Amino acid sequence: METDFEKIKIGWFVFSCSEDNTITFTELLNDHWQEWKKIFDFRHVKVLKKNNIYDEFDIAFIEGAIASPEHEEKLKDIRSRSKKVVAVGACAVTGMPASQRNTFTPEQKEAIQFLVDRFGALPEVKKVADVVEVDASVPGCPMNEKMFVDAVNGLVAELRPELAGNKEA
Amino acid sequence: MHMINIDLEHITKIEGDASLSITVEDGKATKVQFKTEEYKRFFTEALKGKSILAVPSHLSRICGTCSNAHVLAAIEACEMALDIQPSEQTKMLRSLTMHGLTIRDHALHLYLFCLPDMYEKDAFLDFDENDEHQNQLLHDAFDIKAAGNYLATIIAGRSIHAMFPTIGGFIKFPSEEEVATAIEKLKSIREATLRLVTEFEKCDFHFDRHTDYMALLPLNSYGYIEGKIVTSKGEEYDEKLYRELVDHVVLPYSQASAYQYKGDAYMVGALARMNIARDRLHKNTQESCKSALDLFPSTNVFHNNLAQAIEVVHSVDEAIELLENNKIVKEEVIKKPMRAATGIGVVEAPRGALYHKINVAEDGTIKDGEVIVPTGQNQINIEEDCGRLVEELVAQGITDEEKITWELEKLIRAYDPCMSCAAHFLKVELDIK
Repeated sequence: METDFEKIKIGWFVFSCSEDNTITFTELLNDHWQEWKKIFDFRHVKVLKKNNIYDEFDIAFIEGAIASPEHEEKLKDIRSRSKKVVAVGACAVTGMPASQRNTFTPEQKEAIQFLVDRFGALPEVKKVADVVEVDASVPGCPMNEKMFVDAVNGLVAELRPELAGNKEA
Repeated sequence: MHMINIDLEHITKIEGDASLSITVEDGKATKVQFKTEEYKRFFTEALKGKSILAVPSHLSRICGTCSNAHVLAAIEACEMALDIQPSEQTKMLRSLTMHGLTIRDHALHLYLFCLPDMYEKDAFLDFDENDEHQNQLLHDAFDIKAAGNYLATIIAGRSIHAMFPTIGGFIKFPSEEEVATAIEKLKSIREATLRLVTEFEKCDFHFDRHTDYMALLPLNSYGYIEGKIVTSKGEEYDEKLYRELVDHVVLPYSQASAYQYKGDAYMVGALARMNIARDRLHKNTQESCKSALDLFPSTNVFHNNLAQAIEVVHSVDEAIELLENNKIVKEEVIKKPMRAATGIGVVEAPRGALYHKINVAEDGTIKDGEVIVPTGQNQINIEEDCGRLVEELVAQGITDEEKITWELEKLIRAYDPCMSCAAHFLKVELDIK
C-alpha cells in the first residue's frame, strides 16, 4: 500500500546467536504485520527480503554477540548509520550463551583453540554494548515479546510522534 | 579459458547466515563451497561438566527456529541415559509440540521465503493487498503461523525454547479452555493449509536429483519422534545404530560439518519423509491432498516444499485428532537416580533427522556429547546440485550473474537449510572461467 509519508527505516542485523529473536519477530508479525507494514520501511531485514538496502536506518536492531573483528567493524558501521540501536535477545544484551567459550576451562579452551584460530574469531566473544553505544535493550532468550513491542512503540513515539498511536497514518 | 566466479554473500530468506562460492571453468563447476558464515558457539564442548538436567535447555539454544526439536531430541537422549520410559500422555504432548513446530516453521519457510520467488516479488510483505488472491495468501500465512504458535505455546510453553517439556514428562499442562481454543484455531486454518498445498502443487520449479533418502519414521503412522531410521532403499535401523549410518566429512572452508551414508550423499527432510511414508499420513490429509500426493515419490528437489505444505495439513489433522480424543491431565514428572550411561535422542525436525548423543558420568554430569543436524546431512547434495545447476545454466548460454544467483538461491531455499543449526550459513561467490 502506498503512503504519502516517509516510513521509519528499519535494519535487522544478526551476529553470533541462534536467531531465536528473528523467529520471535516473524511470530510477532502474525499480529502486527498490517500495522508495521504501514509505518516501517524494512530496509535491511534478510529474513524478509532479498534486495536489502544498506544505507541509513532510523532503528537498527542487533541480534547476537560479537565474535570476530569483522563483526566489530560491521557493528560500528551500523551504529554510524543508525539513529537508534536496539540490542535484542540475551546474546546481544549479555553475550551469553554465544560467549560461553569465554567461561571455558583452560583444557576446554585448548581443545577449541584451533577452530577459533582457523576462522579468525576474537579471543573473547563480546556483548553489543562492549563495542558500541546501545539506545535500548530487550533481554530474554528469546527476547521478551512485550518488552520488544513496548520498545518499538517507544522509539516510534520518540522518532516520529505523528505516527505513534496512529496506525492508519 | 572462459571462467565465471560467483560469490553469493549472505544468502537471504533462509534460517541463519550462509554463503556460496562457485567457480565455473569451460562450462564445468570446478569449485562449489556452500558454507556457514556463523561463528561456532561450541555447544557440545560447553556440555562437558553440565548437569544432565540442564542439557535440553542448553542444546535448545543451538537454534531458534528448530529449538523445540532440539529440546525433544535432548530429552529423549537424557531419558535413555536415565532409563526413563515416558508416559503415553507425555508422548502425545511431545507429538503435539512437534506438530506446533511443523505448522509454524514450514509456514514461515513456505510463505515468507519461497512464495516471493514464485510470484517474482522481493518480499512476502510486498504482496498486493488489493489483489484478492495475494491478499488471501497474506492473511493465510499469518493465520497459519499464529495457530501453530498457539498450539506450541499452550502445550510446550513457548514455540521457541520450550519451557514445559522436561526429562520425565511436562511441568505444566494446558487448560480445557486452551485446548478448545487450539482446536478451533486449527480447524479455522485447515482450508488455508489446503490453499497452500495448491500453491506449491502448481509451482513449475524443477530440479531433478537422484539420491538416497533417510528419515526417522513410525511403523504405522507419519510422525516426528518415534520409530526407526528408514532409508529409501528399504533398510531399517534402530536409533541406537545411527552412527553406523552417518559418516562425518570435514569441510575445512566451513564452520559446519557434512555427512555421507555408505560413501554417498543423501537427503533428509520433508521430501525424504514424503517419498518413504506418504501412505502413513493422516487419512483426512490423504483424502484432501490426493492430486498433490500423486506427484510422489519425487526426485524434484522443489517438491521438498510441496511435501512441507502437505505436512502442514497433516500436522493440523493430527493435532485436531489428538486434542479432541485425549483428556490432558496433570501428571508427575518421572524421576530416576543418576547413573553412568550413554543416551541417544533422534527427532525428525522440520528439516530432517536430528541426532543428539550424550555420555553421562555416574553423578549425572555430562562427559561429552554429539549433535548431528539435518542441514549437515544435506550439505553435500546442496553443493553438488548448485554446481550442476550452474553448469546447466551456462550450457544454456546464461551467464548473467543476477539470473544465476537467483536460480541458485531458489534451489537452496528449496532445501530449507538452517545455518544456525549447521554452525551453526548465504553469501554466493561465483567464478566462471
